[in-house]
Order: sequence, then structure tokens, then C-alpha cells
Amino acid sequence: MIQLYTRRVWANRIGMALSMVAMSLGLIGLMWILWTLFSKGFAALSIDLFTQDTPAPGSEGGGLRNAIVGSGLILLFSMLIATPIGILAGIYLAEYGRVSKFASFTRFMTDIMLSAPSIVIGLFVYALFVATTGGFSGWAGSLALALIAIPVVVRTTENMLKLVPTSLREAAFAVGAPRWQVSLRVTLRAVKSGVVTGVLLAMARITGETAPLLFTALNNQFFSTSMGEPMGNLPVVIYQFALSPYDNWINLAWGGALLIAFLVLAVNIGVRVAFRQKDKR
Amino acid sequence: MSDQATTNSKEAALLVRNLNFFYGDYKGLKNINMDVARNKVTAFIGPSGCGKSTLLRTFNRMYDLYPGQRAEGEILFNGKNLLDRKQDVNLVRAKIGMVFQKPTPFPMTIYENIAFGVRLYERLSKSAMDDRVEWALKKAALWGEVKDKLQQNGLSLSGGQQQRLCIARAVAVKPDVVLLDEPTSALDPISTAKIEELIYELKNEYTIAIVTHNMQQAARISDFTAFMYLGELIEMGDTDQLFLKPKVKQTEDYITGRFG
Repeated sequence: MIQLYTRRVWANRIGMALSMVAMSLGLIGLMWILWTLFSKGFAALSIDLFTQDTPAPGSEGGGLRNAIVGSGLILLFSMLIATPIGILAGIYLAEYGRVSKFASFTRFMTDIMLSAPSIVIGLFVYALFVATTGGFSGWAGSLALALIAIPVVVRTTENMLKLVPTSLREAAFAVGAPRWQVSLRVTLRAVKSGVVTGVLLAMARITGETAPLLFTALNNQFFSTSMGEPMGNLPVVIYQFALSPYDNWINLAWGGALLIAFLVLAVNIGVRVAFRQKDKR
Repeated sequence: MSDQATTNSKEAALLVRNLNFFYGDYKGLKNINMDVARNKVTAFIGPSGCGKSTLLRTFNRMYDLYPGQRAEGEILFNGKNLLDRKQDVNLVRAKIGMVFQKPTPFPMTIYENIAFGVRLYERLSKSAMDDRVEWALKKAALWGEVKDKLQQNGLSLSGGQQQRLCIARAVAVKPDVVLLDEPTSALDPISTAKIEELIYELKNEYTIAIVTHNMQQAARISDFTAFMYLGELIEMGDTDQLFLKPKVKQTEDYITGRFG
């Protein structure tokens, strides 16, 4: 009996050790990336980064103002497109079409969209929008990013709504509320924080997308707030500058990468903290 | 069964005729005939799975939410068959309110919990709505406890208070009938006593149908009791008579605790 027991203890120790090794391998990778990013990115951080536009080849200094503003605008509009569509589709899947054929088809397509390579989505928007309207534009960028964000929002909204207890849904029906009121005013409200989290995480997901923007918003060396024209944006600037031979460009690429990483981290952590306080109350 | 179950049809708020209910292929209710008396409390008792909740849920067509569940027969309410496909379900539910086993406050303020249902069918001014909210909360004996925190979330109340909020919410819409599906089984004894008192008060103005697995509760608060078993209505009558002198052997066995 003792033998059996000691064997179990050792099996446990070995299993524990193996999982620690696996975990540290993952963590080392992450830490390494973050460390490189921070040490090289911090050197690039300055006021100029936010006040000056991307420099011409061969010139000194420069900043990322046009890319930061461009990224902000593209993100803003893509989330303005993706949020209502995603939430409404999620409501449809969870509240209206639990068992309908069309709903399971939609669910299937959403899954495919979730795992579709973003470059494919970029090409799709290029063929459909850029090629037909005759040019790269901020709108095309927003559209491509929205296509990536929509399935994420759909999925989280549906999953959150499925967690709503049946009794709450029935109670809302029991006062004579039509289905759309039940969905929008009771069940959706019950999972508000979860849906907001989903939207923010979708935003974090598309913040760093590069490939779809290459085919759509392209880039713009100058400051522009016109969504109808090619628009500067952080991911593409990082991509182009990091591969350039100019030291100040490479430096700016690191600064931009740090900015994006900060933004994504801040959204993720912020969402988690806000969520935790909600749950405790 | 029971000429007694279906006698005084003028005094009945709901007349159930030849009602059969199906969960897919499974028959949950078998040829139910009975009346729910107006402005009285009718209690439904029976062992788990006997169909008492199923029956209650046909009265406001709650089963409509689930494909595969269907009812056949008639439930007459104000002269119209509730089960008629042309009957607007939402209007039925506005006239026949329901309170569930677990308290289900909506995720909004106490005030909004009450106003939500009212707004669906009436357009009231701010002050008229304030009055209605106060009226409903007073009916549910909750006003004194919440009048200073109407803007707090309904979920912040205790379980018993939440359940009374749900009763207030049902009453606020001014229904004719209030269905109670084991309304106290998730509550402590003091909250239960409060709800029972409340039911006693409410029957002056509303027809009440209550499902309970607590026989003492049925005996305490109801005027009529229906005993159900395996999807059938076994016996129905005056509560006193049914508990003191049951006519059917099965009823007697159940209320004396020999099975169930």
C-alpha cells in the first residue's frame, strides 16, 4: 500500500514539474518579447512621437502623429460598424434562432470567419471595395477590420446571452413583453458587462492587424482625417519602417509597436479589472 | 372526476376543457377539465412531475416559447379560447401575470422593474407612473421597505423582497389572474409568511392560481384545491373538504403522506 502511495506522490511531482517547465517556456517567450519591446520602444518614446508626422526617407526625427490619428479613426469606425451588427446577430442567434436552420448556418459561418486568415479578408475587401471604388481609403480599412471584429462580437454576445437563466427570460415574457423588448431591455442588459468586454476584446484583436490594412487603407505619409483617402495607421507604418534602412524609421517602428502593445494590454487588463469589481458587488 | 371541478362557470375566471398537453411525444396533461374560480385562491398540489406546473404554464401560454411543446383543448378566458393560435400571446400574458419559483427581478432599478411592464401597455405621465409604482409596491407590501431606494438595483434586495417585487411587477400591469409557481419554495419561513398574507389580501381583487408542493401552504391559503397525479386531475374541491374528507383514495394517500 505504501508503495502504491509513494508511486502516486512521485507521479504527481513529475507531472507538476513537467507542467511548470511548459508554463515557463511560454512565459519566457512572452517576457522576452515584452522586454525587447520595452527596452527598444522606450528609447523611441518622446513628445515628437505624438506631435510630428512620419518623416520622409532620409530626413531626421519625425513622429507617428498621422499614424496614431489614422489608426484611431479606422478603429473607431470599424467598431461603430461591428458593434451593432455583432450584437444584433448575437441576439438573433441566442434569442430568436436557437434551433433554426438559418441560425446554425450563421453560427457555422461565424466560426469560419473567426478563423479566417486576416489577409484573406483584406484581399476580399480589396477586390470588392478598393478595386471598385477606385482607391485605397480609410473606409476600406475600417470595413476590413469590422469584418474581423464582427464574428468575435457575435460569438461573445451569443455565449453571454446563453448564460442568462431561463427564469429571467420567462419572467420578462410573463409581463407581456414582445421578444425584441425581452432581448434588448432585459436579457441583454443582464449581460451588459460581458458584452462590453467582448466588444473591447474584439477591438484589441483588430488593433494590431496589419495585413488587411495593407490592402485597404494602405498608408499615408501625411496627416489626414479624411476617411475617403489612404490613411496612415500604426501597423502598416511599423511594418514598413521596421524593414527600412533608416535608423530613425526603425526607432519609430519600435515606438509604434510599444504604443499598440500598451493599448492592447490596457484594454485587456482594464476589462478584467472592471469585470472583477462587478462580480464582487 | 368532478362535476365539482367544473360547476359554477359564471364565477370562473378560467374554464379548462379537455386540455391535453404534449412535450414532443410525451403526454404531460391528460384531458383536464376544471374551473379556476374568480377572486379566489386555487391551489394545485401533487407529487413532482404530476403536471401541476405544466398546467399553470398553459394558462399564460408560457410553453409557446419552446418548440415541441403544445396544448390541445380549450382554456376559456373572458369567453375566448386562450389556446387559439390567433390569440395574441402578449395580451394574454398582460392579463394573466405570473410569479416564478426563483425571484427574477430584472437587471434594472426597483422603479424600472415595476414600470417596465406598465409601459408596454399604457402611456402614463411621469407622476401617474410614480403613483402606479407606489400603488403596486403597496399592494405587494413592499413600499415601506423600498420607498427610499427606488433607484437601487432590484437585485440588491433580499430574496423575500425580490419575490414581493416580482409580485408587485405582476400586479402593476393590472391583470385579472395571477399565477404563482411555487412562489415561496426558495424563501425563508418569515418571507414565506409575508407572501402568504399577501396572497390572502390579493384575492379580493385578483384570481389566484398557485402551484405548491407544500400541502400545509395549500391548506392555509387556498379556497379550492386541485390534486394532480401523473398528468391527470384526480380530485378538485373546496380546500377544507379535500383535506378533511377526500373522495378519492389516491388523494387521501397523498395528503396523509403515504406517497408523494
